Amino acid sequence: MNMKFNSPLKIHRRTWMQQLQKLALLAFGTYLMPSIALAKKEEADEAIQKITSGAKIQEGRVTLTIPPLVENGNLVVLKVSVDSPMTANDYVKVIHVIAEGNPLPNIFAAYLTPRSGTANITTRVRLADSQRVWAIVQMSNGSFWQGSAETLVTLSACTEMV
Amino acid sequence: MVMTVMKLFIKHVLQFHKSFVRAVIYLRLITFCCSILLAAAASMAAPQGAINSKQSSYELMTPENKAMQDDPSLNPAMFWVAEGESLWQTKSGQKNIACASCHGDAKKSMRGVATQFPKIIKGRLQTLEGQINQCRSTQQGEPALAYESKELLALTAYLAIQSKGMPITVKETPANQGQLKKGQQWFQERMGQLNLSCAQCHEDRAGLKLGGSLIPQGHPNAYPIYRLEWQTLGSVQRRLRNCMSGVRAQQFEYGSPEMAQLELFLMWRARGMPLEAPGVRP
Amino acid sequence: MSKTSRSQVTVPATAKKNSIIEIRAIVQHDMESGFRYTESGKLIPRDIIRIFTCSYNNIEVFKADFYPGIGANPLIIFTTIATESGTLEFKWLGDDGYEAVHQARITVS
Repeated sequence: MNMKFNSPLKIHRRTWMQQLQKLALLAFGTYLMPSIALAKKEEADEAIQKITSGAKIQEGRVTLTIPPLVENGNLVVLKVSVDSPMTANDYVKVIHVIAEGNPLPNIFAAYLTPRSGTANITTRVRLADSQRVWAIVQMSNGSFWQGSAETLVTLSACTEMV
Repeated sequence: MVMTVMKLFIKHVLQFHKSFVRAVIYLRLITFCCSILLAAAASMAAPQGAINSKQSSYELMTPENKAMQDDPSLNPAMFWVAEGESLWQTKSGQKNIACASCHGDAKKSMRGVATQFPKIIKGRLQTLEGQINQCRSTQQGEPALAYESKELLALTAYLAIQSKGMPITVKETPANQGQLKKGQQWFQERMGQLNLSCAQCHEDRAGLKLGGSLIPQGHPNAYPIYRLEWQTLGSVQRRLRNCMSGVRAQQFEYGSPEMAQLELFLMWRARGMPLEAPGVRP
Repeated sequence: MSKTSRSQVTVPATAKKNSIIEIRAIVQHDMESGFRYTESGKLIPRDIIRIFTCSYNNIEVFKADFYPGIGANPLIIFTTIATESGTLEFKWLGDDGYEAVHQARITVS
């Protein structure tokens, strides 16, 4: 049998090359303008800015604990623990929790006093997607400290909505 | 044998593709497709002896969710239990009597009851919810409570917790034999657009993964459950309807004979397992 | 007319003076986020608890702001110093006039 493959394959290769070029351009463009993919992170940054009024945030002293893998994002146990003597002169005033991947970045704020004893808070939050969650802590002396944790959010196979 | 097939195949390829380069591309494509098919086939093959012993899906949960179930101060289902306790004492209906008027202290009279359902009562296969409604309509003169209503869930949760930790005692009897067999047929029959049976996932492939989650054996040993997906308490029938929508099948109606038969089979399949109600599940 | 719901608080009944005690407070509430839709495509309006406070003999010792990102049937676990015997009052305030109050007595020796 004599099947001619020459012409169709040449055109196919050219089309393939053109498509590859378009893909490369798109990838490069996304690299330069990640704003679409990271829009939520910008909102989170804005929310943090509002809390600190642009003040410097130091790393450390704040531990945010969430399970690394979550079976359902509707109810995720979240714990914030701040290293502080919790005395009248040196205590944690506010703990803010901000989620990078939620439709609204602010999750909650806890207001403590020297009578709190510890700066350990546990609650259960909604996480819309796999993301990084931040705890921004304001001390009694006005300084800001931060900690964060990342998690993967999965979903069960058989849900109500098809 | 494989070598002969390979040689014949390569000969065929070289005959039809004048260019060697094209022949190689064709061969690579075929090999790639074959490997994909083999990988798919391997993962779809049923594992040897899928269910050897009964395992509660509690074991598949994260430590946080296990703690949520185990600790009453963390389990949201306890609100429904409190509501159920209140309803148990509430006089209502045409006869103005409460559950307590006939059954007294639920802790005594209802102990072990939830482990027996579904069962044949007066010739009819009744689920726990069905029996609650039966009592309400005939004894209290009250209309039946809708499935997934706050009140029915509360009463179911309150009754189920009285049997917490006790083994499921549903067994095959001459009376329920026919219904049990029907339930087994529902379990083994393919359904829906995805054309899957319960058994294919929960019997043959229990312990394997579907998406990011482990496939459980699917025992109803913790109902009613606070399902994180629902963000509220729900019955086993609600969960079964979710399974059916998962395979794009026509869902059984709440309170239907098919549902009761399937529930009966599932409870019989889970016999001996301790009741964890009210459970927490993702 | 304000709406309310069941609450549950776990507080030790007795404590040593100036010891740190753990308090668990949970309340039954859907915390409707305002991001969900009905099957017919209609947006379900936001209806959440906004503020939680804990007062110890009428002095506020803890406060929290809740946003839609807090899960349904909200739980909060925090600590406080057992300063004296008395009453701990827990209050939840939310949308649509929601208010829930729970009291617990503590004996400090």
